[in-house]
Amino acid sequence: MNTNRRSLLKFAGLAVLGWSVKPALTVFAAGGAGPREAILFASRHGAPTGEKALKAGRWAMVIDTSKMTPEIQKKCIEVCHKTHNVPSIPTKQEIKWLWTAQFSDVFAEQSHPYLEKLTKRPTLTLCNHCDNPPCVRVCPTKATFQREDGIVMMDFHRCIGCRYCMAACPYGSRSFNFQDPRPFIENIDMEFPTRTKGVVEKCEFCAERLAEGHLPACVEVSEGAMAFGDLDDPGSDVRKLLGARYSIRRKPELGTEPCVYYLI
Amino acid sequence: MYDKGKVLAGLAVFVVFMTFPFWFNIGATPFKAPELAKPKDAKNCVESVEWMKTEHMQLLNDWRDMVVREGTHEYHSRFNGKEYLVSLSKTCMKCHDDKEKFCDKCHDSLAVSPYCWDCHVAPKGENQ
Repeated sequence: MNTNRRSLLKFAGLAVLGWSVKPALTVFAAGGAGPREAILFASRHGAPTGEKALKAGRWAMVIDTSKMTPEIQKKCIEVCHKTHNVPSIPTKQEIKWLWTAQFSDVFAEQSHPYLEKLTKRPTLTLCNHCDNPPCVRVCPTKATFQREDGIVMMDFHRCIGCRYCMAACPYGSRSFNFQDPRPFIENIDMEFPTRTKGVVEKCEFCAERLAEGHLPACVEVSEGAMAFGDLDDPGSDVRKLLGARYSIRRKPELGTEPCVYYLI
Repeated sequence: MYDKGKVLAGLAVFVVFMTFPFWFNIGATPFKAPELAKPKDAKNCVESVEWMKTEHMQLLNDWRDMVVREGTHEYHSRFNGKEYLVSLSKTCMKCHDDKEKFCDKCHDSLAVSPYCWDCHVAPKGENQ
């Protein structure tokens, strides 16, 4: 086709008219099947449908840092790692689902040297189950995927160990099995699989417990220092806490929309 | 015809190689399906025994996708209409609680080595 200036201007004018009706931003950021599904966002898979299963529009966790003592943190980590057969490997190759780090490291951009009480305090850290998870977008096999209720899941069967997700996760929430983890698990829980060498793993918000109607294991033993619930339900515990108290999230400036909130 | 001898010799070698599996097994005992340890309490499986014998690998593959990808945890049996929990460890292995006496018997005799047990914890018959 021979394009002259006249036809180009006609075409450009029509295009501008089209974009003014449907701005590109909405097409890219919220134009998919649901309000949280769009071209720039990760695709989502089904959430449990069973009668017993706990259901939510968007699962979220709230951690009350004022109630969270080191003892409770230890209990939470122990119960998590026990129920999910997380090995304790005492080297750089350690596997972590739930762990503690210094406040100043967890919230590097939100602390300063004079927050003396806070900076050294151990802070419970886990996968943030982001609303816009970078790990899901980079996974070449879709072994990491997101459910409709927001939980970022791992399909261990499908993971090829490329570790793109580890590079993409800005929170370091994923661990890689450099070796067979079984020799490092003290008491293997029959009901949950272990992982193999060459597979990435992380916290799954206890998806297998939610399917059976239980709250995540760490929340259950947290003595009220953790809350778990539906962000879409204004009457849920998490929404009430977030409405009443001041809360922060990890690296909010990255736009991953983490769904683990810390009450200060 | 050129090289008659070489061609015929080559043909003979070819025929011998091709038919090797047939005459090598003459007189060998026929394959016998191994005896499996059947569950003591359960009367039937989630589907008919015949169907499970041929299709269990497909069923396990479907169950894996149902639980992990689709979030479906209920399986409706076409055999008895009952509802079962979709779980290798909580449904299958609760009845077939000895991997060595059940899974391995067939898999070993057929030289099949599925990698299920690299991750899933194999029961060792502790319930019985």
